[in-house]
Amino acid sequence: MTKELEKQKIDPTEPFAFSPENEAKIPEILKRYPDDRQASAILPLFYLAQRQCGGWLPPSAIEKVTELLGMPVIRGYEVATFYTLFNLKPVGTYHVQVCGTTPCMLRGSEALLAACKRHLKIECGETTKNGMFTLNEVECLSACVNAPIVQINDTYYEDLTEESLIKLLEGLVAC
Amino acid sequence: MLKESDRIFTNLYGTDDWRLKGALRRGDWDKTKELLSKGPEWITQEVITSGLRGRGGAGFPTGKKWSFISKEDESLPRYLIINADESEPGTCKDRDILRYEPHKLIEGALLAGFAIGAHVGYIYIRGEFYQEAEHLTAAVAEAYKAGFLGKSAVGSGWHFDLYIHRGAGAYICGEETALLESLEGRKGMPRLKPPFPAVVGLYGCPTIINNVETLAVVPTILRRKGSWFANIGTPDNTGTKIFCLSGHVNKPCNVEESLGIPMKELIEKHGGGVRGGWDNLLAVIPGGSSVPLLPKEICETVLMDFTSLAQVKSGLGTAGVIVMDKSTDVVRAIARLSKFYMHESCGQCTPCREGTGWMWRMLMRLVEGEGTSEDIDQLEEVTHQVEGHTICALGDAAAWPVQGLIRHFRPELERRLRKE
Repeated sequence: MTKELEKQKIDPTEPFAFSPENEAKIPEILKRYPDDRQASAILPLFYLAQRQCGGWLPPSAIEKVTELLGMPVIRGYEVATFYTLFNLKPVGTYHVQVCGTTPCMLRGSEALLAACKRHLKIECGETTKNGMFTLNEVECLSACVNAPIVQINDTYYEDLTEESLIKLLEGLVAC
Repeated sequence: MLKESDRIFTNLYGTDDWRLKGALRRGDWDKTKELLSKGPEWITQEVITSGLRGRGGAGFPTGKKWSFISKEDESLPRYLIINADESEPGTCKDRDILRYEPHKLIEGALLAGFAIGAHVGYIYIRGEFYQEAEHLTAAVAEAYKAGFLGKSAVGSGWHFDLYIHRGAGAYICGEETALLESLEGRKGMPRLKPPFPAVVGLYGCPTIINNVETLAVVPTILRRKGSWFANIGTPDNTGTKIFCLSGHVNKPCNVEESLGIPMKELIEKHGGGVRGGWDNLLAVIPGGSSVPLLPKEICETVLMDFTSLAQVKSGLGTAGVIVMDKSTDVVRAIARLSKFYMHESCGQCTPCREGTGWMWRMLMRLVEGEGTSEDIDQLEEVTHQVEGHTICALGDAAAWPVQGLIRHFRPELERRLRKE
């Protein structure tokens, strides 16, 4: 599914609209919170928008969500910039997030990150030219007994070595 | 060692079915209606008797916390919040409960919600736990379908709804008032206390916030009686606890053990020992990144419980045990934690926002051999400038590991000063 989304180019200057399938999910999300407290739905709606945009949250989507929830736009920007899981610029089809905090570091995350940089030929925060991979170092993913961990999109890959990680990255290119 | 018959989390490793069918087989949801029929006071009292202390890090007595729920204004709804924003470095116990024992948590939430008079509960789960949230969503749907949640939960007549709310990558949202802010649709910046959430919490209503592990043990405590739980462990440190063994152990794992187990036994029996043998041990962070590390001499004899670890100026915290062998550059290891706190500081209080960066930069100077002799004292002073001067405990949590490093490894820091 991610590949399809990747192809779907988002023009940030165009107004954002939820797809009909996502539109249908919104009432169910809003229902979880009291009627006069709909601002609570901002994180779930940002998630929905980000997924629809292929992994990032364009300003047009932030504006759309705040409008929907009856919030000032600035509140939407505050939230979107505060939380690290919202990507404010486009990311690759695969967002490779290497955990670098001490429990992973003790088990070799620095070597993993270096291997990713070598293999993908990019630095942290960058995306490969073909738009396939974005690389980032992230803070503790809370899977420390399976360190070192790399999260790629929604999935944790555990107990990695340099070899198994490179194999994984190669496998993603192939599929 | 914990007796097999006293184990609560029988599917901690996911070897059995995590869905409702498997959960029922393991004894979850057994006579829940009967437990509810004994009334909220009985439930709270049993939890008080059990001596259960919150498993999220602070170790506050759970039953006591429930008894604080404000009943002044009957017209206000009350809320139960389950804190599943597990992000403390070294800690990954809640993840396995969410993945493999979700029904223990859901049943615990119903019982706690009933005890405090809440009709709605929110599970705030960290955003990165996507697969875990999927399991949890499926488990909640199963519980609704079976009539265990909803209009008359388990046929008790008590209306209880449970919703899942995903966070979005902010360690600070594990702090209970930051969590409330986040859940209300704002930046996760902690609130001043008092008022405490039990009086003014979510949407200004009385709210109780409990950790995942805390609530997941409640059904078993009620079924087996508080006195059973109180007989496990040591006084003031009762019951079982999931320990997370990470770092330089031969077999990193999560394991449920009784509180008060000697650290050495825990590491040797369950973690397969320190890499290269016990004598290769350098230091252990016993309770997640926020507590000071302990050198090998202390690790030889210390017990893993709140009281014993506080006596050696550390803490049980979340029981995330990070083991470091002699190959570890301990200054670098702690510096990396400082970087974590710098990244995760919400920026609200100046001492924390600025201090966390200071601590990281000064430690990096020491790591790189560029530090001067004044740096160590100044670093320590900075930690005291941060500690106790912030709205929430993140500032303290950032200061303590650095203080622990200076306390136990000052000679190592001095060895690495810039050679004049």
